[in-house]
Amino acid sequence: MKETTFKSLKNLSTDHLLASGTAICAGCGGLEAVKIMYDILGKNTVFVNSAGCMTLLSVYPFTPFQGSWLYTAMACAPAGAQGIRDALDVLLNKGRIQPEEDLKVVVLSGDGSSYGMALSATSAAMDRNLDFFYLCYDNEGYGNTGHQSSPATPHAARTATNSGPFGYPGYKKDLFAIWTAHKPAYAATIIGSEPLDLARKVEKAMSLKGPKMFIALAPCPTGWHFDPRETVEIGKLAVKTGIWPLKEYLDGKVIHTKPPRRRIPVEEYLKKQGRFAHLFSPQRDTKQLEEIQARIDEYWAEAI
Amino acid sequence: MTRRLLTGNAAAAWGARLAEVDYVPAFPITPQTEIIETIAHWMDQGEMAGRFTTLESEHSMITAAGSAAATGTRVFTATSSQGLLYGMEMLYTVAGWRAPFVLMNVSRGLSSPITLEPDHNDILAARDSGFLQIHCATCQEVLDSVLLAFRLAEDDSVRLPVIVNQDGFYLSYTREPVEIPDIEEVRKFLPAFDPENTQFRAGEPRSQGVAVLGGAFYSYFRYEMHLACLNTLSVFDSIAQDFADHFGRKYGILETYQMDDAEFCFVMAGSFATKAKNAVDLLRDAGWKIGLVRPRLIRPFPADALCRALTGIHGVAVIDQNLSMGKGGILYTELASALYSSNSNSPLLVSYIGGLGGRDITREEFFKMARETRHAVETGKVPLPRLLYTEDELRQMRKLQTIAHAPWG
Ligand SMILES: Cc1ncc(C[n+]2csc(CCOP(=O)(O)OP(=O)(O)O)c2C)c(N)n1
Ligand code: SF4
Ligand SMILES: [Mg+2]
Repeated sequence: MKETTFKSLKNLSTDHLLASGTAICAGCGGLEAVKIMYDILGKNTVFVNSAGCMTLLSVYPFTPFQGSWLYTAMACAPAGAQGIRDALDVLLNKGRIQPEEDLKVVVLSGDGSSYGMALSATSAAMDRNLDFFYLCYDNEGYGNTGHQSSPATPHAARTATNSGPFGYPGYKKDLFAIWTAHKPAYAATIIGSEPLDLARKVEKAMSLKGPKMFIALAPCPTGWHFDPRETVEIGKLAVKTGIWPLKEYLDGKVIHTKPPRRRIPVEEYLKKQGRFAHLFSPQRDTKQLEEIQARIDEYWAEAI
Repeated sequence: MTRRLLTGNAAAAWGARLAEVDYVPAFPITPQTEIIETIAHWMDQGEMAGRFTTLESEHSMITAAGSAAATGTRVFTATSSQGLLYGMEMLYTVAGWRAPFVLMNVSRGLSSPITLEPDHNDILAARDSGFLQIHCATCQEVLDSVLLAFRLAEDDSVRLPVIVNQDGFYLSYTREPVEIPDIEEVRKFLPAFDPENTQFRAGEPRSQGVAVLGGAFYSYFRYEMHLACLNTLSVFDSIAQDFADHFGRKYGILETYQMDDAEFCFVMAGSFATKAKNAVDLLRDAGWKIGLVRPRLIRPFPADALCRALTGIHGVAVIDQNLSMGKGGILYTELASALYSSNSNSPLLVSYIGGLGGRDITREEFFKMARETRHAVETGKVPLPRLLYTEDELRQMRKLQTIAHAPWG
């Protein structure tokens, strides 16, 4: 594989392809990931979107994209991508379009869709070795409907449907493991606050054919309850505490691309977010905090 | 042109083949499977140039059909019953994309109880989706309707997807002689799909299926779909005439049979109408002035054509092979609304439900419906909607119930 063109932050464009002025919240970590990825994929793309926050990017008659867009529904963006890819292939094979008219097909879906309702459609797209990109922006809840718990919600987080003293009783599902069990061409976890890591991964994936699967942790000021200016800081803490391991899957192997050298306690990440405030006041919930920390320690003990 | 014995399913596959479709997204369901197996086989053999993709559900299948059509390819797909309902969210969605394609529905009763044989509750559940609906009564009509459907769907004034309906088992698995038109002739009737601005290409960025905020903007697009659907009524005759010029078979929006001097008639859709035809012949032998009206188009609803066809008729037995729970027959309801707002001297309507889950409608029942309708006209008393069921059927049912309720052990 060739050397990366993204050696330092200087190699990332500051002029974004994606226009601003959309209905998305200030400080949206999901949009941050979309922006960086779009700069690299370029405008010869068609984004196939499922129901969620990003649906409001394109509201008639405006779009921030310089390329194409298709909104489908909550369960079936990968199937929409399949139809477009198949159609473009047929048109290419029959000589009805030229290779330079071809497009990269990119699914853009939230966690509620990706971890749940669209999982079957995603699994099947990988079964069929669909040549596409998939970006799941994971804000850990059904954001667009008011941030109810989703299968990606982390343990103990308070959401609109788990507003009680203990927060969400379940555990965040390991979608990366589910995805990689399908042996896609490429899979990676990313985050907008680590743009170099993100850029290199997208760049690498672009040279591959088949399913190229990305999960971006998407700090969400609105649903996680923090000040929009903290998005990058919280994203960096997610990586430094080890709660969001940055990794990639290629040729059957998983590699951690940015393992924290000395992991800082997960508390530092949790206490910045209103959704975890009940773990710290009125009194400290030491048991919960220890359990959350233990799970992270366990992950890294196995990973390294 | 060749003439062959074909099942309704094979006729549907031939329709897709002759339309030279680019793409067939599929998912199996009885009684539709023969269609997709046949097409998959032809594509494997290189007899059809295009792509066949098996999706993991009908929800995805209809999405892929819509998105491939929105990319500018000619698309055919097929399903039935549970599959159509599983994909219902996407039927509405892709119709709004205004990307024309053709979906063959092979009618089958809906669960529960789960069953295999046909009625029209599946297809009629899709009646408000924006898809046009063509209902067939013969295997020849199945093939021909696929070709007509592409012309209608792709017409500039319409640009909507079409569902062509055939009844499971009665057509899908029944062999009838079918004329298979020559491909050169089909190409003259149905030229290659011109997607115009419905496509995705690098260098021509386009957003499709975007959100709108605000009821007025939303309403505009919904009204447009409705009006486009209605446009079918104006273009149908000229497209059907063109079809007749090429292939010698003329299809009307309605099929009318023995209606010239009729005083009474049956109104019904689908293949069971062929049973009604037979009853009409026998009743005419016995001196009745009776006929049959079978709407081919159900969406758009051919209200004017029906009012015209029923002008001067005294009584109509409307036979619905569907049941809207808590209301009754759908065709009856729609026909009544069309006649109520027409100025014509409306006939009296008597409503019947029959043929659910493939239940037969016998000759004797047609005779009885004719007598009841005449009696209603003579007395001015319209009976309540009838659910066709015989005493013998009830006896058989009671037997099953006895077994079902028998003490265990
Ligand atoms: C079939 C269906 N059910 C429910 C909804 C309502 N809905 C719209 S967006 C959304 C949340 C989606 O969550 P996610 O995929 O995480 O995206 P986010 O809103 O967080 O961006 C829901 C439940 C819908 N659009 N379609
Ligand atoms: S709710 Fe969260 S994910 Fe959705 S747009 Fe706002 S910040 Fe972004
Ligand atoms: Mg979400």
